[in-house]
Amino acid sequence: MALRAFAISTKTGIGAAALVVGLILAAVCAVLTRAEFGSGLGPADWSAIRFTVFQAAISAVLSSLLAIPIARALARRQFPGRGLLVTLLGAPFILPVIVAVLGLLTVFGRAGWLNMALSALNLPTLSIYGLHGVVLAHVFFNLPLATRLMLQAWQTIPAERFRLAAQLDLTPRAVFQSIEWPMLRQIVPGTAALIFVICLTSFAVALTLGGGPRATTIELAIYQAFRFDFDLSRAAILSLVQLALAGSAALLALWIIPSVSMGGGQDRPRQRWDARGGVQRIIDILAIGIGALFLLLPLGAIVTRGLAGILLTPASVWQAAGTSVGVAMVSIAVLLVLALPMAGWIATAKRGSVEAVGLFGVAASPLMIGTGWFILINPFADPVALALPVTALVNALMALPFALRILVPPLRDTVQVYGRLSQALSLTGWPFWRWVALPRLRPQIGFAMGLTGALSMGDLGVIALFADQDRTTLPLQMYRLMGSYQMEAAAGAALILLALSLGIFWIFDKAGRMNAEA
Amino acid sequence: MKYLTLAATTFLATSAYADTPELVVYTYDSFVSDWGPGPVIEKAFEQTCACDLRFVGMGDGAALLARLKLEGARSDADVVLGLDTSLIAAAKETGLFAQTAVTADYDLPIAWNDDSFVPYDWGYFAFVHGTDLTPPANFKALADSDLKIVIQDPRSSTPGLGLLMWVKAAYGDEAPAIWQGLADNVVTVTKGWSEAYGLFLEGEADMVLSYTTSPAYHLIAEEDATKTAAAFDEGHYMQIEVVGKLAGSDQPDLADAFMQFMVADAAQTALPTTNWMYPAVMPAEGLPKGFETLITPGKALLIPNEDVPALREEALAEWLSALSQ
Repeated sequence: MALRAFAISTKTGIGAAALVVGLILAAVCAVLTRAEFGSGLGPADWSAIRFTVFQAAISAVLSSLLAIPIARALARRQFPGRGLLVTLLGAPFILPVIVAVLGLLTVFGRAGWLNMALSALNLPTLSIYGLHGVVLAHVFFNLPLATRLMLQAWQTIPAERFRLAAQLDLTPRAVFQSIEWPMLRQIVPGTAALIFVICLTSFAVALTLGGGPRATTIELAIYQAFRFDFDLSRAAILSLVQLALAGSAALLALWIIPSVSMGGGQDRPRQRWDARGGVQRIIDILAIGIGALFLLLPLGAIVTRGLAGILLTPASVWQAAGTSVGVAMVSIAVLLVLALPMAGWIATAKRGSVEAVGLFGVAASPLMIGTGWFILINPFADPVALALPVTALVNALMALPFALRILVPPLRDTVQVYGRLSQALSLTGWPFWRWVALPRLRPQIGFAMGLTGALSMGDLGVIALFADQDRTTLPLQMYRLMGSYQMEAAAGAALILLALSLGIFWIFDKAGRMNAEA
Repeated sequence: MKYLTLAATTFLATSAYADTPELVVYTYDSFVSDWGPGPVIEKAFEQTCACDLRFVGMGDGAALLARLKLEGARSDADVVLGLDTSLIAAAKETGLFAQTAVTADYDLPIAWNDDSFVPYDWGYFAFVHGTDLTPPANFKALADSDLKIVIQDPRSSTPGLGLLMWVKAAYGDEAPAIWQGLADNVVTVTKGWSEAYGLFLEGEADMVLSYTTSPAYHLIAEEDATKTAAAFDEGHYMQIEVVGKLAGSDQPDLADAFMQFMVADAAQTALPTTNWMYPAVMPAEGLPKGFETLITPGKALLIPNEDVPALREEALAEWLSALSQ
């Protein structure tokens, strides 16, 4: 196809990708240089690998499938509070693990609301602990994200398509087959791969809700290798296994994504004539209602727990909150520098599978990256002094795959639709970004920035390896409170964290969507 | 821009105490939190030493040791505070620690004669529960009961490892059978102490692995007398927390002064109500009010430091196979 010749930011994109891969491989190599003896993988490691892949696959498939009806309903309904609900979709994802787990347990735990209701009705109670609990938690974390990614895709379908469908009086089923299904085929595999990779590195969720050492994941084995055995070679091998699994999942997903474009439109406001019928209405109400309950009940539990503790939070929590906001802003800046050129390169590359590179950031164990960089930095500088820049960089790397997933599909469409015209007008390189890509991608860029900021706020990651008393982030401060029996103050800190993260997310997301319907 | 300026100043903020000597102490996270002993101890020690005491908090005891191994002799740290008895053998093996002459009149259930490490506080592991529950008298009774417990993973947590050692010290070769009996009582296993204790307070389990001193926190800090610890008749395993000086320290005298300070009255008085453990040296005014309500185990169990590493592997394998079925 002629338009393949149209390339934007290939060099800078490849440069950014090489930097990402380099930073991560450097960490693994650094750890390997310090490894003393090779002890290979034992049977326990292999069973951890099997369990990890299994739970991640189920979590990814379920999260992606369940997100479809919810995103579809949100895409074709307008109702009061919809904007708020769409913003709250970002919430579970950014919560520190223990906060989300305690929120889920308030609802689904042994003494939770669900079991209280069941025993009030004289029904047998349910236990959340086990594989199903792990999957439930992973769906809670990732379903909202998947919904948001799909909702965004729904909104890139040109309004004219639905107009035409309405004129032809297509049934909802036919609309789904002819318009929505081709779009889903492009979005679902990538989303599922992303969630699979996130769940690959799960540790505390899997262990806590998995109910015991049966639920040992690769990340826990890495942790054990570092902390319990100090066996650096095993830690490095396990990290490479994790990266290889993530890489193959990503390649598979991106390989099966068909290359079809939705075609151009005139950016008219969307109206959905096809979804006015009673059955469609009921389906949508059910999807939104159940989805919202699943999302809002645990969040409500977190807010209720936090309100009681917010007055108990010491000044240091607010100080840490300030630091976290600063780190988040730097992460956002770093992310844009990496993600935009990479998205430009990937969107015009022959093979979309190069996007897999972006997944490295989230597939690498934070403990591994932190330790590796620690080894690299230590001979030259005090790692503690670099704690915050390193955290900002790692957070940006972690957010990169999400940003690419958000940016690449619409950018690819933009290139396919406007590429030829732009080329004819000699609008390439920066002018193309300035006049075509950036204005068209503004909502997605805002979303990606907001998500990065929020992710960065909530991440405990490498800071725990580098921090001292004076340089703490909010999640770390929260864990320290918990470690001193201050569970209530910690719940207060968690609420502050939730509010700040959502605030950052909302501001950027809103700025991106200004003058455009959500 | 404002944010960037804020971030930049945060990043560039460096130590302003160039002329006063700096003593760097690596410790675990909860020690340096606002409610932990860190702030009190820092203030009190700085009044006596004409120095700047800097705590660097990281994870728990095991994380401390891993960090030291990574840094090796190049470490910035002068003192490491927070290793416990099950890590001492591994810590000594690194060869990074210096011998010390610091000693005190210890008030420990066992005799202390280590030449490198100074104990500053200690406690007994125990299952904490609400006072509305009739506790089992030992592990066997617990295994036979329907009580639900939350424990920590020995692979990622020091109390979790302590429980392995407890069962091993009490039952030796019978330990696998005990674990098999306990398997159906274990609701779940958590990454660390905070998660487990949080789950217990949320009502997810009847009992949680913690310390005999945990109820003192609820009683003294929260005036809540509804928590207590179960006394087990096979005895309770001890955790003794120690402080040690690194051989590579550039402030060896200051490090000794700090270690001596940790066993002196000011620090020992502060520890029981900030770290919620027993003081290693009885302070002049005795234990804080409320500690007399705690259970006192009839028998103190402790596996000799040098036997821990070998036993740890064996106990972990037994634990994994019992709980993975």
